Amino acid sequence: MVSKRIVLRFPHRLVDQPIVYKLVKDYDLRFNILKAYVTPQEEGLMVLELSGKKEGFDKGLEYLASCGVKVQPLSQDVVRNEEKCTDCGVCVPICPTGALVVDPQTRKVHFYNNKCIACELCVKICPTRAMEVHF
Amino acid sequence: MKTIKEINDKIKKGEVVVVTAEEVIELVEKKGAKAAAREVDVVTTGTFGPMCSSGAYFNIGHSKPKIKLGGGACKLNDVPCYTGFAAVDIYLGATAIPDDDPRNQVFPGEFKYGGAHVIQEIVAGRDIRLEATSYGTDCYPRKKLETFINIKDLNEAVLFNIRNCYQNYNVAVNLSDKMIYTYMGALKPDLGNANYCSAGQLSPLLKDPCYKTIGIGTKIFLGGGIGFVAWQGTQHNPAVPRKDNGIPQAPAGTLAVIGDLKQMKPEWLVGTRMLGYGVSLSVGIGVPIPILDEDTIKYAASRDEEIYTQIVDYGINYPEGLAGSLGEVNYAQLKSGKITVQGKAVPTGNLSSYSKAREIAEQLKSWIKKGDFLLTEPVAPLPGAGSGYAFKPLKERPII
Repeated sequence: MVSKRIVLRFPHRLVDQPIVYKLVKDYDLRFNILKAYVTPQEEGLMVLELSGKKEGFDKGLEYLASCGVKVQPLSQDVVRNEEKCTDCGVCVPICPTGALVVDPQTRKVHFYNNKCIACELCVKICPTRAMEVHF
Repeated sequence: MKTIKEINDKIKKGEVVVVTAEEVIELVEKKGAKAAAREVDVVTTGTFGPMCSSGAYFNIGHSKPKIKLGGGACKLNDVPCYTGFAAVDIYLGATAIPDDDPRNQVFPGEFKYGGAHVIQEIVAGRDIRLEATSYGTDCYPRKKLETFINIKDLNEAVLFNIRNCYQNYNVAVNLSDKMIYTYMGALKPDLGNANYCSAGQLSPLLKDPCYKTIGIGTKIFLGGGIGFVAWQGTQHNPAVPRKDNGIPQAPAGTLAVIGDLKQMKPEWLVGTRMLGYGVSLSVGIGVPIPILDEDTIKYAASRDEEIYTQIVDYGINYPEGLAGSLGEVNYAQLKSGKITVQGKAVPTGNLSSYSKAREIAEQLKSWIKKGDFLLTEPVAPLPGAGSGYAFKPLKERPII
């Protein structure tokens, strides 16, 4: 099994094509859309968590490239600046995936990066701006 | 019965018994209030959260030639200060923001830098850019001043917060169908989250709910240094409904506090902002409660389960100034991570750092134990529940 978070960039001519459907049907891949939008230049951008057997995964990526979709690994990462975080916990109910959790004993906030889908909601709302996006 | 003088003698002799507001709960449970009151001399409390009505005043010293900032304009790192004093006294409010900050023009505004951030940088010992203009007089001819300043060179640098340390606070929810951005944080539509802001069982005024020991002149932990209660805070509202244990069920008492900024620490005065709302200063405060009798320890030993507050809708009711609670919850429920509002399970978030509050109570405990911090007798009490003192709304009178 391979599981990777990738960024797909669709040129204008592909925005209305059912490309992700093909990944499922022809290459037996599972996907979770973390982020998707069409830019003002009408280029499509999608952040996917893609997983499946190694063979299907590689072929799927080949298929994407052959269509003209630009594929990049997701190198954008949400990181907590430990010096700035005051462990208040106001981010906890905002996080959609439970990546931010209050420890019931210490009352400190844990950040589980592996659960983070880089939606950046916490980055926007953190009162001390302790949540940072690193590229 | 003990007196503050007796407790101070014990502090000086190194015989004082100090516990935190958390530790006292278990102790009273185990030994009973009577025995615990004999054993314990001081209970330390703590709180660390955004407190908007904060600020600091500075005397910057006279330049050559002299300038009169009073009536002029003065900015610190582009953040405007209040200059309506004499020649070189200025006051910087925590929520002040640079004139060119876009505010909420692109909603929700980010409010990345303001007075609170300047205060944190000043405390950290960083050089701060001061730019001032004035009108010039015979005795103060200069009209323009641009210089770096540093806390070590200032004559006075004093934190003076006119409302801190709220005794209890609302739980904020949003009944509207839009995301809203408030001083209680971002509130998701249709009861998406519930934000609260109190250290609960560690919070100073909740552990002395009837102000029996905390009064004007009480020496406190303030921003990592030593401060004093200067007065009741603005909006002090002691007459709200209370439970049988004396604890108010809604926002009640507040403190105005003052202290020498030069001894404070940047980790206890943290520049903070609320998205779409503005800048605020997170302030660390710890208040010692002298255990004078059985009553004071009973109050100090109240626990999260016994401290209740109101759930308030910030979508419609709060902005319109409409009274009304959606229900009452206690801090144990809030801390569990979920409360039930109108039949729906709503995840909770705290704006006030409980772990920092705990650190403050521990810090203050160690100061007292080491003999570095003696308790003070209040010089006057805070207005209590029966005083008639109340927080009134504005009566608008049209100007014709």
